[in-house]
Amino acid sequence: MGVRRFTGDLSLPVLAGLAAACVFLVVGCLSSSIFAQQTVAGLAQGVIYGSLALALVLIYRATEVINFAQGELAMATTYIAYQLTQWGVSYWAAFFLTLAIAFVLGVAIQVTVIRPIQHSVIAVVIVTIGLFVLIDGLVTWKFGADLKFMPAPFGNRVYHVGAVTFARQDLGTLVVAIGSVVVLWLLFKYTKLGLAMRAAALRPAAASLVGVRVKAMLAIGWGLAAVLGAIAGLMTEPTTFLQPTMMQAVLLYAFAAAVLGGLESPAGAVIGGLALGVFLNLIGQYIGFATSELRLPIAFAVLLGVLLLKPSGLFGHRKVRRV
Amino acid sequence: MRLPRIPAGLPVAALAGLVLALLPFTMSGYHEALAVQVAIFFIAILGLNILTGYTGQISIGHGAFMAIGGYTTAVMSHYHHTNLILTLPMAFAIAFVCGVLVGIPALRFSGVYLALATFALAVSVPQLSLKFSKFLGARNGLQTSKSVSHDWLYGVSWSCAAILFVLAWLVLRGRTGRAFRAVRDSEVAAVSTGISLPIYKVLAFGISAAFAGVAGSIFVLATFGYAQPDEFGVILSLEILVGAAVAGLGSLWGVLAGAAFIGLLPFISSSAPLIGSNHGEDVVRGLIVVAVMLLLPNGVAGLLARLARLRRV
Repeated sequence: MGVRRFTGDLSLPVLAGLAAACVFLVVGCLSSSIFAQQTVAGLAQGVIYGSLALALVLIYRATEVINFAQGELAMATTYIAYQLTQWGVSYWAAFFLTLAIAFVLGVAIQVTVIRPIQHSVIAVVIVTIGLFVLIDGLVTWKFGADLKFMPAPFGNRVYHVGAVTFARQDLGTLVVAIGSVVVLWLLFKYTKLGLAMRAAALRPAAASLVGVRVKAMLAIGWGLAAVLGAIAGLMTEPTTFLQPTMMQAVLLYAFAAAVLGGLESPAGAVIGGLALGVFLNLIGQYIGFATSELRLPIAFAVLLGVLLLKPSGLFGHRKVRRV
Repeated sequence: MRLPRIPAGLPVAALAGLVLALLPFTMSGYHEALAVQVAIFFIAILGLNILTGYTGQISIGHGAFMAIGGYTTAVMSHYHHTNLILTLPMAFAIAFVCGVLVGIPALRFSGVYLALATFALAVSVPQLSLKFSKFLGARNGLQTSKSVSHDWLYGVSWSCAAILFVLAWLVLRGRTGRAFRAVRDSEVAAVSTGISLPIYKVLAFGISAAFAGVAGSIFVLATFGYAQPDEFGVILSLEILVGAAVAGLGSLWGVLAGAAFIGLLPFISSSAPLIGSNHGEDVVRGLIVVAVMLLLPNGVAGLLARLARLRRV
């Protein structure tokens, strides 16, 4: 087994392709205001896909399983924030309180139901599907299926730059999501806890030999993933409003984004999310065949295409299995 | 001369068959409809078990194969007025071909990647009926030209279930079944003993999809002949997987329990005073799935096997 590195290495063709895509977007934005608007909206949606994809990747890197309940967990924590604001807590206080609650929830889930069956991928997948159904049922039971509304975190203002209109909401989403990714990166790169978590994910046996508490690190990983999910949920709420199904489509896009970037690569998850968001918005705008009911199938065509052509994703590297 | 050994489960299966044959005489139409639901999930879970339980390939996309089977029945009956019984083998065949077509690219995936790829299928296939709405009837669905009675459905669905159960048993007990299990337990070991991985993996996908296709056909007949995209959503795929987990992967004897769990839970939880609302159903279902995986990792089949061992000791 090869050693997995924290940041997947970028191959030259991928880098060149990304650069070309960026140039294409910049030129497009400068020449057409609709293009620019769709690009910014796509980035704002894409960064949400990216956050949730990053949550999936965090867990996948540590235990090679995928948490199908990640989206529902995000939805449930958003409801917790809603409940807090209903009790009179201000939006941003509720926001940070919710992140703390999400962390505890993530850790609790890992310790109680995931840890005992960690050895079997199929079992974990089925349990997370059970959690999906359970959380969905609990939230619908408690809050009902009708739409709920939270105060808008960034207000409803729009900015005009030339002929282009940018929603303040979109820009705020970009800032919050990218900020959280940067904080997470700093945590992994420069703190002792981050180092221990990386060690536990990459070489569990060796890590425990040098005194890393691997089990605790895995639980913290689930907690951090839940925090990222909560951010994704809270940033999704202003566009879809609160409803129990709000994160289901987002989770599917996050799957596609994570696979696109490479399930092992945190940077890939974020860039995959951004790329997917912009791509879906632009082809929705410019290609007549890609009607809105095909948005999901197209995202999954991307997923299948990546899996078939380059299973390690844009940023992952090929795993070699020795027989 | 040596008599062929009769497996211990056979008398039980025969008894279950007898009870099932006699039940309709005592049941109301509503209960018969419930029993049909159980039969549908029985067939689908049986199919998934061949793939996931015996060959070790996970699929979260069996709802898509049910959709393919269901739309086969609806299209054949709607446009060509084909006899409804005849559409069942057609659904079997077409779903088999689709399963093989999916199984070939699936050779490249395993574990979580396969789960995601099949999940993509579950999401995308029902959407196709919206895209090709002229032919497939969009959101309102496509209706078969004839509708059927409860008794007809009950008879056909459980006959299919019995035939397919025997078929699965025959496939799994012989050479093919051993090859499937070898692939599941160790691909390397299987290849070294001369088993062709691609052939058996794709074959398992095809058979499994074919079972799901028949289940989908009956599913459409049971919803007054309407094939609707919403009925074949992601939830259906998840339900089949959950049912297979409850039944126990890698054994045929728990399938009935898994099917009953999925098919009857809406009925049980809607009449339970404790939970009341139909959202309680999801709570119960989720709780049971998590509990089963933690407490009975081999599902009901594992529990039965443990009981049988206890009795022998």
